Amino acid sequence: MLRFIFGRLLVLIPTFIGVSIIAFAFIRMLPGDPVMLMSGERVMAPERHAQIMAELGLDRPMYIQYFDYLVGLLQGDFGKSIISKRSVLTDFLTLFPATVELSFCAIVLAVALGIPAGVLAAVKRGTWLDQTIMGTALIGYSMPIFWWGLLLIIFFSGYLGWTPVSGRISLMYFFKPVTGFMLIDSLLSGQPGAFKSAVTYLILPTIVLATIPLAVIARQTRSAMLEVLGEDYVRTARSKGLSPFRVVGLHALRNAMIPVITTIGLQVGVLLAGAILTESIFSWPGIGKWMVDSVFKRDYAVVQGGLLLIAAVIMIVNLVVDVLYGLVNPRIRR
Amino acid sequence: MKKLSMLVAATALTTLMAGAAWSKTLVYCAEASPEGFDPGLYTGGQTFDASSRTVYNRLVEFKHGGTEIEPGLAESWEISADGKEYTFKLRKGVKFQTTDFFTPTRELNADDVIYSFERQYKADNPWNKYVAGASWEYLTGMGFPELIKSIDKVDDHTVKFVLNRPEAPFLANLGMDFASILSKEYADKLKADGQMELLNQQPLGTGPFSFVAYQPDAVIRYKANPDYWNGKQKIDDLVFAITTDAAVRAQKLKAGECHIMPYPNAADVAELKKDPNLTVLEQEGLNVAYLAYNTTQAPFDKPEVRKALNMAVNKQAIVDAVFQGAAKVAKNPIPPIMWSYNDAVQDDKYDPEAAKKMLKDAGVSGLKMKIWAMPVSRPYMLNARRAAELMQADLAKVGVEVEIVSYEWAEYLKLSKDKNRDGAAMLGWTGDNGDPDNFLDTLLGCEAVGGNNRAQWCNKEFDALVKKAKTTSDIAERTKLYEEAQVVFKREAPWMTIDHSVGFTPISKKVTGFKMDPLGIHRFDGVDIAE
Repeated sequence: MLRFIFGRLLVLIPTFIGVSIIAFAFIRMLPGDPVMLMSGERVMAPERHAQIMAELGLDRPMYIQYFDYLVGLLQGDFGKSIISKRSVLTDFLTLFPATVELSFCAIVLAVALGIPAGVLAAVKRGTWLDQTIMGTALIGYSMPIFWWGLLLIIFFSGYLGWTPVSGRISLMYFFKPVTGFMLIDSLLSGQPGAFKSAVTYLILPTIVLATIPLAVIARQTRSAMLEVLGEDYVRTARSKGLSPFRVVGLHALRNAMIPVITTIGLQVGVLLAGAILTESIFSWPGIGKWMVDSVFKRDYAVVQGGLLLIAAVIMIVNLVVDVLYGLVNPRIRR
Repeated sequence: MKKLSMLVAATALTTLMAGAAWSKTLVYCAEASPEGFDPGLYTGGQTFDASSRTVYNRLVEFKHGGTEIEPGLAESWEISADGKEYTFKLRKGVKFQTTDFFTPTRELNADDVIYSFERQYKADNPWNKYVAGASWEYLTGMGFPELIKSIDKVDDHTVKFVLNRPEAPFLANLGMDFASILSKEYADKLKADGQMELLNQQPLGTGPFSFVAYQPDAVIRYKANPDYWNGKQKIDDLVFAITTDAAVRAQKLKAGECHIMPYPNAADVAELKKDPNLTVLEQEGLNVAYLAYNTTQAPFDKPEVRKALNMAVNKQAIVDAVFQGAAKVAKNPIPPIMWSYNDAVQDDKYDPEAAKKMLKDAGVSGLKMKIWAMPVSRPYMLNARRAAELMQADLAKVGVEVEIVSYEWAEYLKLSKDKNRDGAAMLGWTGDNGDPDNFLDTLLGCEAVGGNNRAQWCNKEFDALVKKAKTTSDIAERTKLYEEAQVVFKREAPWMTIDHSVGFTPISKKVTGFKMDPLGIHRFDGVDIAE
């Protein structure tokens, strides 16, 4: 098992270098530059523009800029934002917990509802229940996130007044972040009502972000279960007189879980992509919104650093999934 | 009886505790995160709202809701007869804010003023490059490095600006955000501590609100400055809840999660107006949208051709379609709310038949041209593509074939400056300081060709008029010169002037004392909320 993990870690190194090159080149391939965009309609004199580009070191040949960047990376220096002048790593660490918190809640919701829904649909295959579940999943999968988010806000926050519109916690509460996770920080703050407030602010964005993964997980679980339920050993288990619950829950589900776990692992990327839109709608201060703003402003340092950090997170999550996969299915370890 | 008094005591205690947690707080749903907190470094309105208009003051200020200049940190000023020396008497007893991160030991003096400007243009000032790539965009754009000969301390409360040439808009420029006055004492401390970059993260000034905390992309907190020289504000706390989506901002305002929201979607305005708890404020913007012909290329080098094209387009239809009426058709390059606006100027009347004839007389037939449409929505032009399509349809009726082109925004800004640009470019401008010079010379002066002057139009007569107005300090005389310049502009028609837009700010009915500002800034001094 250790050799397996080590081998996987070795593969990460070239991937990481590859991502750093792509992230570096990608943002520079877009037309325009941060200095010009900052002045907008106001035209900057070409000499002044050249001078500032030089001060930022952006006039040097690309390979030198990249080499400099790589040297910085090896020392743990992700650079400073060209616009806000703040450290990219500090901003990432401030904003990332918000994205993790939201994504974690979303994936928990998606798994908690998606797997039972998929199992139920498989067991009741062909009935109205199956059709309802799969129909709903298809709608959820096809829903444009932006429209879905606004719809929920207008109905639950505007019309019913049950949930707040946007933000992370009521502005009434003000405490220094300790972990960056609002659910934990609100408990640590000791302020009465803070935790409850943080929960209410999480509800709508969690639902919106969970919608697509939930649909995918439910569909994947259903098809995996259907395949497994047709296997001989399931028939054997049934003929042995085991209770339907044991057959489905113990024998079938465990084997059906292998593709489902892979799917859940792949949803991390989907979640981060969905987070960009969800965060924009719910004014959720996470990395999705941060990255999008930075792309528009051509903040090279933030985009390349942010992409690299996000890629690192996805690679690590995939590694963990591979390891889990190995635990569930011993054949893969070899 | 004992029970009752206990209940009263308990209620009083609860009220007190609630009051401590939630004092009189104004929540502003800001449209974007500030780029930073040093107004000298940036040009974005959201940055100015969050820094210069809350934390800082300037020597002179714009009148609340207007563009007239009034005393700020300078109590009074004198301008020498040759217009080259400005002497400011500073207000006495002005305290800098006391915060968690800094306690001032002295009041405002001339050193602060000199520091605030010199850091922006003197290359040997240690603060000139305190962050990488500090462009000091506005100070440089306003020509201060060439304009200012020296800034001298006459005494502790008197500062003299000596200029290299007379510059009439100078006083208005000093009311702009980049001219905010910072504390030299605070800067010195940051420098001594080796933490210079904090100047851009923890601002400290003399303004109505002091900075408390910023959670990136989420919330900015301020509290009323108890030592404010113009009196403590009626609200205790000011909170910016950063909400980038306009539809969500509107929902937050309706749900009572914020009191004021800037920049609603044009389509939402009607519904917001219907809400009994809200008031929708309106303000004509200090802006203009235009279509700049490339006047160096045939046949657009002929004024009669440009005029004919202007006459072929139904501008009212564009305003109706793009702004749902929330804009005015423009006839001059400056907006009607600006002084020296020449209302006597007649716009080129929409008359396709006459336009067709004029083109024929000019020997132009089968004309093909490009119209450049911006890829982004700006306050002065919400949907350039739609406007371009309407122009295309109108021009087709007079036999002109239009191809609409567009580029990504950064590319658009760059390519549209090019002297050899093929086609007429749509763009616009929002005023910086309320001075006509900021439109007429900045956008149409001869030096701006290849830069802000997208029409590449250098007209000696026009240029002489605006240059003369720039060096004249008498307002009445300047007004006359600018009025004449507008007549020349209309006669020569380097642009098709499109519109001046109207801005909206929906606010809660509980809010009093908030005024919309023609300069597009949001100020919270003097604002109160009814309980």
